[in-house]
Amino acid sequence: MENFGYLLDGFQVALTLHNVLFMLLGVLLGIVVGVLPGLGGPNGVAILLPLTFSMDPTSAIILLTSIYWGALFGGAITAVLFNIPGEPWSVATTFDGYPMAQQGRAGEALTAAFTASFVGAIAGVVLITFLAPLVAKFALRFGPAEFFAVFFLTFCSFIGMGKENKAKIIVSLALGFILAGVGIDTISGDMRMTFGVTELMSGIDFLVVVIGMFGISEILMTLEEGMSFKGKKAKIDLMVVLRTWAELPRYFVTFVRSCIAGIWLGISPGGAVAASFMGYGLAKRFSSRGERFGTGEMEGVVAPETAAHAAGTTALLPMLALGIPGSATAAVLLGGLMIWGLQPGPLLFVEQKEFVWGLIASMYLGNIVGLVVVLSTVPLFAAIMRIPFALIAPVILMMCAIGAYTVANASFDIWLMLVFGVVGYVFKKLDYPLAPMVLALVLGDRAEDAFRQALIGSAGDLSVFWDNGLVTSLMAISLALLLWGPIADGLSLLRTRRPAAAE
Amino acid sequence: MKTAALAGAALLLSTFAASAWEPTKSVEIVVPFGPGGASDQMARTMQAIIQKHGLSKESFIVVNKPAATGGEAMMDIKKSKGDPHKLITTSSTIYMTPLATKIPVSWQDFTPVGMVAQDEFGLWVAKDSPLKNVDDLKAAAKAANPPIKVGGGGSKREDELISFGVFTELGAPISYIPYKSGGEASTQLAGNHILVETNNPSEDVANWRAGLTRPLCVLSPKRIAYTAKVTADMSWNDVPTCGEQGLKFTYNMLRGLFMPGGVTPEQQAYYVDLIQKIVATPEWQEYLERNALLSDVRVGKDYVDFLNADEAKHKDLMAKAGFLPTN
Amino acid sequence: MRLEWPMSSLDPYETEPGLSRRAVECVVAALLGILAVAVLWDSYERGAGWSNGPQSGFFPARMAWILLAAAVVVFVQGLRAESRVVVTWAQLKQVFSVLLPLTVYVFAIGYLGIYVASAFFLAGFMIAFGSFRWWAILAASVLIPLVTFWVFEMQFEVPLPKGPLEAMLGF
Repeated sequence: MENFGYLLDGFQVALTLHNVLFMLLGVLLGIVVGVLPGLGGPNGVAILLPLTFSMDPTSAIILLTSIYWGALFGGAITAVLFNIPGEPWSVATTFDGYPMAQQGRAGEALTAAFTASFVGAIAGVVLITFLAPLVAKFALRFGPAEFFAVFFLTFCSFIGMGKENKAKIIVSLALGFILAGVGIDTISGDMRMTFGVTELMSGIDFLVVVIGMFGISEILMTLEEGMSFKGKKAKIDLMVVLRTWAELPRYFVTFVRSCIAGIWLGISPGGAVAASFMGYGLAKRFSSRGERFGTGEMEGVVAPETAAHAAGTTALLPMLALGIPGSATAAVLLGGLMIWGLQPGPLLFVEQKEFVWGLIASMYLGNIVGLVVVLSTVPLFAAIMRIPFALIAPVILMMCAIGAYTVANASFDIWLMLVFGVVGYVFKKLDYPLAPMVLALVLGDRAEDAFRQALIGSAGDLSVFWDNGLVTSLMAISLALLLWGPIADGLSLLRTRRPAAAE
Repeated sequence: MKTAALAGAALLLSTFAASAWEPTKSVEIVVPFGPGGASDQMARTMQAIIQKHGLSKESFIVVNKPAATGGEAMMDIKKSKGDPHKLITTSSTIYMTPLATKIPVSWQDFTPVGMVAQDEFGLWVAKDSPLKNVDDLKAAAKAANPPIKVGGGGSKREDELISFGVFTELGAPISYIPYKSGGEASTQLAGNHILVETNNPSEDVANWRAGLTRPLCVLSPKRIAYTAKVTADMSWNDVPTCGEQGLKFTYNMLRGLFMPGGVTPEQQAYYVDLIQKIVATPEWQEYLERNALLSDVRVGKDYVDFLNADEAKHKDLMAKAGFLPTN
Repeated sequence: MRLEWPMSSLDPYETEPGLSRRAVECVVAALLGILAVAVLWDSYERGAGWSNGPQSGFFPARMAWILLAAAVVVFVQGLRAESRVVVTWAQLKQVFSVLLPLTVYVFAIGYLGIYVASAFFLAGFMIAFGSFRWWAILAASVLIPLVTFWVFEMQFEVPLPKGPLEAMLGF
């Protein structure tokens, strides 16, 4: 309860007029950089950093974290409207968000995504408020073996045997793992699968692949199908927000499930991308509507967005408490902290109480401000779908090129994007599922690194994966989830077979 | 106060000395690493100082090019021959990346601007570790089976090179575990997942202050100069050098700037002058102290001599450690 | 099982000529197989065994074996697939009419910079696929790159690839 008192003081700091104005400014800028591929939180923070030199650190961090919130909200917009994930964790949002937009329900999808982000973020902030020091300690227990177990868990929660051709699921998965391994190997320093191409040395970036496979290939598909976005005739007004809200309480269980999954991956630190996939995977498996996921189910938007933002917010904790940046934006923020003379680390909570609690209070307020702002822009963004295809398509393609280039400021990545655009098109035509590949690409090399780090430490002894309670239980849950699919399938098969046999 | 006055004087001088060449558009500081790392922080600190003190009319932009472990950034500078609006930050990767990857680029292709500091490195252990000094470490490493776990940032980079140097001298085998960054290695040390770690002060100071890790010794010929208390009872200066404990291996890493080749002497002079103004500011001194960097400014021939000697040292060490590609 | 196909009242895949699904499936599976073999070669070259933990080639090699096996299965399935059209010639023409200009565009970015290349690309796309008036095309293809330039280069100071025109103007 001591923390609660500090939080109230924090609100007093954050709720002054000029701090609220800073929040508004930050959120707006954040949305802009979040929507434009190629710009992101770090750019927004960088542009305002000089402004903050003359400010007191609390106002400065409020301004800069608001950009972070704005960018988080903004990432979902292009994912829903154009199938182009603005941020890595919006990939899972495209699975149902984009089909919704195609059916003319872009407004609903955006509202659901924003609201879900908000709920997830607030869940994360509540956790930071009350459990910060405890959680920071817990994070220290994660060594390589535990990291591997966390990735394995994410993996098992997502991979159930879908309805697609099994051989094609496996192709997609294996290809993802292989692509993830390209470039300089973290563990051995070896150059893997670069075949002498210098540009491949640093590997194939996940975002470049995703922009190509989802964005470019979508344009190609649209062209083939007669050149227009299908969502054109959608009715758009602000009432859509209220209508969607009326529907959301139905997904209460999904919200809770995704919050837990997200917070867990934020602490452990699997990250927001892993969380979004896990949230989606769990909802697909355990929800009664799971069968229809992928065809424009609102629950399929809610699940990943909630989880991603619960994780993203919780992931700020290691930055504050341990001084480890969880993301590029966090890294730039971290640089900011130091320029204002604050040393991030476990002592920040003790030495800079006013600053830390002002920041935590601003997380609550920044999210509320952010939600209000993005919701009021829903009609505006949904209206983008009405722009003629012949104008919007080349603009999207240009933005894709910019987005691919700015990932690492490398021109080669634009070529890679083009190649993966074609791959994505062919795969879609032949009904190869893309999601397993994306998941393997995100988690593959991290899981492999952790696995090998663990084995270097144990001199090759595999028992590291069950030599303490934490890692053993993680592995056990993973296996249970992996086997859940076939078991459930078998059960339902029995159930449907029996009446059929009786006839 | 004195540094501030000096900085003021430097500023005044600069307005008179602004003669020959000045940038006519914004200047890119290319960082061959991702955002958040030590090189990135240095570039952003410089950018902030230039902005705050109005050292240039044009803005300075930090551009991260982490592709191909910095190779992409170096190739970019090589291709930008004659472009006076580009700088690149350097660390020992400027020799190590070309040596290890055979990317056809060398610092000889660039125009040296100057060295602004050197990184210190240390051996770190967890706070409650029984190891108190180099002898304890030697005994522990020799007795251990399987070999002790030593962590660091990256594979076949400076941390592994240091681990190789230290434990070859101690005559003990190790399992070197590479992590993505020095910061991650520090957290793993705090969680007792590794026994010892090589790291520069900036990436371990937070955990040291929090009582999670502590430095065993510094791999430098001299102790770190800063005497202000970092933890409750210790300053950087209180940390012994490894040499005091009988370990002869030392390692420091340059932090400096280059610009593309083929620029005019006036253009080079502008940036040499600029970094001298930057290092004279109080903010720079704060930056050095916060990251416990060794203040060591070298320009002109002094810098080139240093680079030649340092490159030879790295080549030799990498050859011994077997990090040079065989084919 | 036919229900798995998207069925619509005028299914062009039934009536119009085009690339056969069987051929495309087999070619893609073959390409995947070749990729798998290349990865296997690369991995075993470096060592794909187990010495105190997996070597650097261990995982890629296992994945490549799996990929190879799955590709063979897909290939066989492809051979047995009923002969249908996966994409009609008309559709393919549409796709290539963007894919080729897009390739030229990416190529041009390297020489003209992204802004000039985008101006041409926008104009070309609008002429080819839209029915805009000439002034609308001119306005869009000039203004959009200009606004992009203003946002990226001037406001956020994110340098994108630039070419001779920008250099001439002093950027």
